[in-house]
Amino acid sequence: MKILVGYKRVVDYNVRIQVKPDGSGVVTEGVKLSANPFDDIALEEALRLREKGVAEEVVIVGIGPADLTAHLRNGLAMGANRAIHVTTAEAVQPLTAARVFLKLVEKEQPGLVILGKQAIDDDANQTGQMLAALWDRPQATFASKVEIADGKVTVTREIDAGLETIEADLPAVITTDLRLNEPRFIKLPDIMKAKSKPIDTIEFGSLGVEAGDHLKTTHYAAPPKRSRGVMVKDAAELVATLKQKGLL
Amino acid sequence: MSKILVIAEHLDGKLNPSTARAVSAAAAVKPEAIDVLVLADSADTLAAEAAKIEGVSRVLTATRAENAHALAAVMAPQVAKAAAGYSHVFVPSTTFGKDLAPRVAALLGVAQVSDVMAVEGSHTFKRPIYAGNAIVTVEADPAQTVVATIRTASWSAASNGANSAPIEASNIDVALPSHTRFVELKQGKSDRPDLQSASKVVSGGRGVGSKENFEIVYKFADKIGAAVGASRAAVDAGYVPNEMQVGQTGKIIAPELYMAIGISGAIQHLTGIKDAGTIVAINKDAEAPIFEVADIGLVGDLFKIIPELEAALA
Repeated sequence: MKILVGYKRVVDYNVRIQVKPDGSGVVTEGVKLSANPFDDIALEEALRLREKGVAEEVVIVGIGPADLTAHLRNGLAMGANRAIHVTTAEAVQPLTAARVFLKLVEKEQPGLVILGKQAIDDDANQTGQMLAALWDRPQATFASKVEIADGKVTVTREIDAGLETIEADLPAVITTDLRLNEPRFIKLPDIMKAKSKPIDTIEFGSLGVEAGDHLKTTHYAAPPKRSRGVMVKDAAELVATLKQKGLL
Repeated sequence: MSKILVIAEHLDGKLNPSTARAVSAAAAVKPEAIDVLVLADSADTLAAEAAKIEGVSRVLTATRAENAHALAAVMAPQVAKAAAGYSHVFVPSTTFGKDLAPRVAALLGVAQVSDVMAVEGSHTFKRPIYAGNAIVTVEADPAQTVVATIRTASWSAASNGANSAPIEASNIDVALPSHTRFVELKQGKSDRPDLQSASKVVSGGRGVGSKENFEIVYKFADKIGAAVGASRAAVDAGYVPNEMQVGQTGKIIAPELYMAIGISGAIQHLTGIKDAGTIVAINKDAEAPIFEVADIGLVGDLFKIIPELEAALA
């Protein structure tokens, strides 16, 4: 079985993002970029499935500008067999990303697609579900445990009410939650090895994906600041303050 | 004019309060009608409950054995079909809605607006990005159906009781897939208030130290009638089950009172509590980032302070 893994590059999760004063966007120039944390978890899960003998090949997919190559090399160094780079200078919204993945699914015929549950930049949490719908295949979102046997996948999902287990026929789309696994670190020799692994470059325009970006972002703002609080000296004063506010 | 279809969320025969919150967001669009769609294997009680929500024009039921469990692959084709004639489809931005809504949007071939926190116009919405560190205004294409998930922490529940909307069985004739099957649900059983709708929440973090020590947090929460939450560190350390996690990757809540005990205040945790009315922080580290957002802070050992709080309340 072949596994396709979505591998998005985002502003590093440790960066405290700044909104531009004119409201035209957030500052991304000179800011550290990394793999979306949920995508590292997706790649790790695919690699573990390959190590278990469930999958033979793990292919990472990135959509973005020419300089995305370095980012894809990181995924190859982590252990992916090869990468597909869909090149576009434009930011791509989830519906378009799902349509791109569908084209790659038709070409590559994977048994499984694993994506992160959300990207930490747009926080949309849509692409995996949209791909599953367009492909007319099962989806298992927010996965914290994945088991594959007999052409079926059993997934434990982290939902608000607790832990739900579902079973789905393959091929299917899985989106990863934080507790699925602990992604491995990249070792130096693997960085060297990754340099010789193949990256297929496909121009976005050549895929024949209809433009689907129908959401227009007109303004960016910083969130309202909370006013500076007060410190109390002991438990008695805290209780008194909360009672005064009518909260206890 | 706008007509909005709100998809009801329910579990164990009870309507989730997130449904009434999505109705509030729908009302903000000032539509001609707000209809609620209940997909269930037995919808009568749920529909009667939904019909009482203020602002609801009509309740539609889709009763099928396949709807016994909220499987997105099974529900999405029904919702997509039911969406005909509506300008908007609103779903709560809970794990239920996040799973379902994008599948519906893709079937309709439209973009989705995630986590609507404010309605600026019939097709203009505000939503958070970058873990709530920026708020964007987005415009959806007026020529298309708007599929949106509603950030529950941003909307109060529409009041319940005075309304009596008509209930109609809808006949959604669509073939359903059998490729996805429900196996089981393990619920964290609790008699405490629900974390997402509670007016008071007490949360513990890594500072609590162990699963056993968490008892002190539960006991204090029970004393003030609060729900109990936790930071990701406390969940990862195995002190509490994951459904108690508050933050960007857990639940986003907006109680009147939030008490963070032994929580340092990582960005991803703060994202989950930004809309709380009053934030109280109790931490032994005076430099902990949680104090930057706390309305009331108290520096000290939680194992000493909590018994003192209980004594002061007695």
